[in-house]
Amino acid sequence: MKLNKNIAVSDNGFIFNPLSGDSFSTNPIGQEVIRLMKEQKTKEEIVKTLAQKYNSEEANIEKDLVDFFQMLLSYQLISEHE
Amino acid sequence: MSKRKITVAVSGLNNIDSPGPGIPVIRGLKESSKFEVRIIGLSYENLEPGLYLHDLVDKSYSIPLPSSGMDSLLQRLAYINSIENLDVIIPNFDAELHSFIKLGPILKRDYGISSFMPDLETFESRHKSVLFEFGEKNEVKVPKSKMIFSPNEILAVGNSFGFPLVVKGKYYDASIAATPEQAINYFHKISAKWGLPIILQEFVSGNEVNVTAIGDGNGNCIGAVPMRKLYITDKGKAWAGISLLDDELIEITNRVIGNSKWRGGCELEFIKTNSGDYYLLEMNPRFPAWVYLAVGCGQNHPEALVAMALGEEVKPFESYQNGKLFVRYSFDQIVDLAEFEKISTLGEL
Repeated sequence: MKLNKNIAVSDNGFIFNPLSGDSFSTNPIGQEVIRLMKEQKTKEEIVKTLAQKYNSEEANIEKDLVDFFQMLLSYQLISEHE
Repeated sequence: MSKRKITVAVSGLNNIDSPGPGIPVIRGLKESSKFEVRIIGLSYENLEPGLYLHDLVDKSYSIPLPSSGMDSLLQRLAYINSIENLDVIIPNFDAELHSFIKLGPILKRDYGISSFMPDLETFESRHKSVLFEFGEKNEVKVPKSKMIFSPNEILAVGNSFGFPLVVKGKYYDASIAATPEQAINYFHKISAKWGLPIILQEFVSGNEVNVTAIGDGNGNCIGAVPMRKLYITDKGKAWAGISLLDDELIEITNRVIGNSKWRGGCELEFIKTNSGDYYLLEMNPRFPAWVYLAVGCGQNHPEALVAMALGEEVKPFESYQNGKLFVRYSFDQIVDLAEFEKISTLGEL
């Protein structure tokens, strides 16, 4: 899962899309997902990592993650997701 | 390297809620690495804030309104030049440009004052009323538009373009009319303020993005910085904006400036549709009031304009910083009555 080209993300999870001029703040979990995306992790790998870390069902994590990706898609921060 | 000392006259000192570009242009010139600039302000009204910004404007003179005719403007400029020995003049109002373009060769020949503006034909070719043809010629999409002189024409144009419809003044103002009745209302409001004709333009939905740019008149775009408004006043003016990284928009700008052989500063106003198409809404024939953002992003367009006006070769800027914001502010200047009296009675400050 990859962020679109030129999307800037600060250490604090502040995201800037230089093409649209939009900027966004993410919460700590969002920051973690973005960090994993920048490490080129797949959706499955992100789900596994978060499920392990937060001791939660993978199905629950995946549902939330799909919602998050849908939001990123609507803000033009990613181009597609599974 | 020592800076070349020059004197530049600048109009558009109305740094108000619908600001002119004069003060941002002056800020760019004051930060020039090439020139040490003495600024002569040219004002139309005695309460233009720039008149009283003495750290930016060294001396000011009132000049006659464009409606007074070119002779009185020339006479006044000749007088100002006799005192100030002007090197360059930068007009910043749409409504005065016609006169200044016509006077340009005379100012150069008789007084040695340089300017850097398009010729009259190029200037007229991007006028709102013929923008559609300008778009076809310069390979850029433009919403359909029609120039009208009577509200009776609104219904027929509305039936052709559909509603909503954008109702625009010749130089300034634009409103979106959802119905023929609203369009008639805006027709009267705008024509009462700016006169006829009124331009009706097809409404294109999307995000507005603007570019401040400068051309050398030989088909080269010397600089271009795109910006999206982040905060818009009730007059539709940007109170805050951010520079964008948009290669396609820069490419379109290069094409428009290049094909039209634009000479001088300009602002291109676009709508980017949801499908990613760019429509040129307007091409303003002078720098925008937010041109200082370009300076902040690494492209000093006012300095480049002055250099070209003085006959120097200027190479195109190759980059700029995206993600830079401008945030406008207002503050109250305290002015002695004596200063107001001086500009009001003597026309000089």
